[in-house]
Amino acid sequence: MADRNASVQILDGNRAAAIGATLSRVQVVAAYPITPQSPVTETLSEFVEEGNLNAEYVAVESEHSALAVCTSASIVGARTFTATSSHGLAYMHEMLHWVAGTRLPVVLACVNRAIGAPWNVLNDQQDSISQRDTGWIQIYARNNQEILDSVIQAYKIAETVYVPVMVCYDGYILSHTEMPVDIPLQEDVDRFLPPYKPHTTLDPAKPRNYNLVTLANPRVNAEGVLCHGYMEIRYLLQEALQNSRGTIARVGQEFGELFGRSYAKMFWEDRLDDADIVIVAMGSLAMEATVAADMLREEGHKAGVLGLRVFRPFPKSDLVKALKKSRLIVVFDKNISYGLEGATCSEIKSALYGSGANAVVRNFIVGLGGRDVKARELADAVKKSLSSMKEGVLNNEYPEWICEI
Amino acid sequence: MKTNAVNLTETEYVLPGNRLCPGCSVSLAYRHILKALEGQVIVTVPASCLTVLHGMYPVTSVTVPCVNTPFASTGASATGLIAGLKALGRKDLTVLAIAGDGGTYDIGIQALSGAAERQDDFIYICYDNEGYMNTGNQRSGSTPLGAISGTTPILGKQQNQKDMTAIMEAHGLPYVATANASYPLDLYDKVRKASAIEGTRFIHVFTPCPPGWRFPFSDTIRIGDLAVQTGWDILYEVENGAFRLTSASASVARKGNLRPVREFLVEQGRFKNLTEEQINQLQDRVNARWQRCLDRATDLS
Repeated sequence: MADRNASVQILDGNRAAAIGATLSRVQVVAAYPITPQSPVTETLSEFVEEGNLNAEYVAVESEHSALAVCTSASIVGARTFTATSSHGLAYMHEMLHWVAGTRLPVVLACVNRAIGAPWNVLNDQQDSISQRDTGWIQIYARNNQEILDSVIQAYKIAETVYVPVMVCYDGYILSHTEMPVDIPLQEDVDRFLPPYKPHTTLDPAKPRNYNLVTLANPRVNAEGVLCHGYMEIRYLLQEALQNSRGTIARVGQEFGELFGRSYAKMFWEDRLDDADIVIVAMGSLAMEATVAADMLREEGHKAGVLGLRVFRPFPKSDLVKALKKSRLIVVFDKNISYGLEGATCSEIKSALYGSGANAVVRNFIVGLGGRDVKARELADAVKKSLSSMKEGVLNNEYPEWICEI
Repeated sequence: MKTNAVNLTETEYVLPGNRLCPGCSVSLAYRHILKALEGQVIVTVPASCLTVLHGMYPVTSVTVPCVNTPFASTGASATGLIAGLKALGRKDLTVLAIAGDGGTYDIGIQALSGAAERQDDFIYICYDNEGYMNTGNQRSGSTPLGAISGTTPILGKQQNQKDMTAIMEAHGLPYVATANASYPLDLYDKVRKASAIEGTRFIHVFTPCPPGWRFPFSDTIRIGDLAVQTGWDILYEVENGAFRLTSASASVARKGNLRPVREFLVEQGRFKNLTEEQINQLQDRVNARWQRCLDRATDLS
């Protein structure tokens, strides 16, 4: 297997994202600074000013405009990149829907941060989880290598299925923490990711009108051909996301063949082979969970970890297969759908319904607003869940919070 | 060469039979704007009456490439088109952003101001019908004092319009102009002039709205003209800081025959509840603006 990397550098997550975008030869970058994403915008503007990235860098006046710039530039046919966090992502909400509805292969790095009120600049995943229904593919990185690799793969995925991709990584825990990252050779990235060729370009000789008012029902055009209504167009977006799992896996495998790091699976596993207790989490939290699994193993529990990488499309059937032997599933969420529970937990339970699985599922809300998550706390939460199993309740009404209330 | 009805290009980019209201001045204005750009244009347009003109999928009345964009994002959408074209090395197209007064004065002002501050290379046209007419006539930042609207239904609006063209001029743009749908050739010439200039160019187009302003469909041109004759709408351009009255406004200035604003107001149902005091306030405002323009115009002889 090839291990063709130009160099190993010690990088923080933000720099890894910027280098990933640069290696992807992005042509238009539009971004607005927000903590903890700001170094991404600074690094990319530096690359452009140095002449090391041949792109238009647009310093916009808001995140809404950042994504609007990417939208229109992508319609013209340019490869576009933006990055944001928290309130910035929330401010983009309208444009997130618009990009997905227009079926544009925009890639966005979301540096996960809590949302106010009250003000908080530290990490949780409430920002990107709040945008899960906007029609974007969501990938969560567990370390800085995955950030760089995921950005490059994101373009190939997006430009294949015409669905935008959000690459999410934890603020500070990854964005501002340095770790060794293999940097691929530009020539290999070029081989992996050819220039973007849009299926449609804007041409006065063959004028097209993007996103006209579209009625609910199909309607005939001037040639008498019946064309889609709003609902058919929206169905096609769902179909594209449903079918994108194959593309994500294929792209991840190709990446592995070229660079020695495979991403063929929608999640990664740690000791699931013999585990009957499975901890589920996303991003860097799942890495922390592997330490909790070590502790539990030392105490004689057969614990393993499932680190969810692709959250949208949600890999239902793959998850069911991976979880079928477990008798206890403990889901840790750095987000909450207020009034219900953590989003990952809801979706795991929805995947399990009807699968024949009879596992006890427990949900803990952890790490909101940068609250430190200790491996010991995770292990204790698992043990608490184990003892509650005796009560025979598969599914609790609400999650538990690991905090002082 | 001054444009006249004979030498105006015959090519149409806005096809007959669109979905706008009868007597709508936006059709007329847009038709001349696209003629002036000779079709070599990408249009970006937010939610507005113009969206209605463009039609409903899969049928459109316009023969130039067009990108619809969310309400607040018109200026940024223009920037994106420019950046994309530049990245791909395409130099053949003008980017035209065109939005109503709500999309310009209110929800779109941030993105527009951002694009203008970046000196992005595009033409921005605000067609101003002095209210949110596409949603059924609610008050906007451009709705005049005293006007009845869907959200000022009884008392009329209690505040004056903001002067958006002055705000855009304060961005230091190379070209800022006002135009009026009742003077389509003046509009045409201004768009042509703008198309030859680099940087952010802003043109405000006064577009009377029969149902919103409550006057008969047949009176659109007359109402637009009355606005100019009374100084309610003043036709001018500012090219690299040089101010010039144009067309009928230059003529009114030369002749000194500005008519009372009351003549414009009484023709419209939206002003039916105006008090004498409000009429005087509006006249004072018009007088002050008109005097400022006279003071700035250096070519009146």
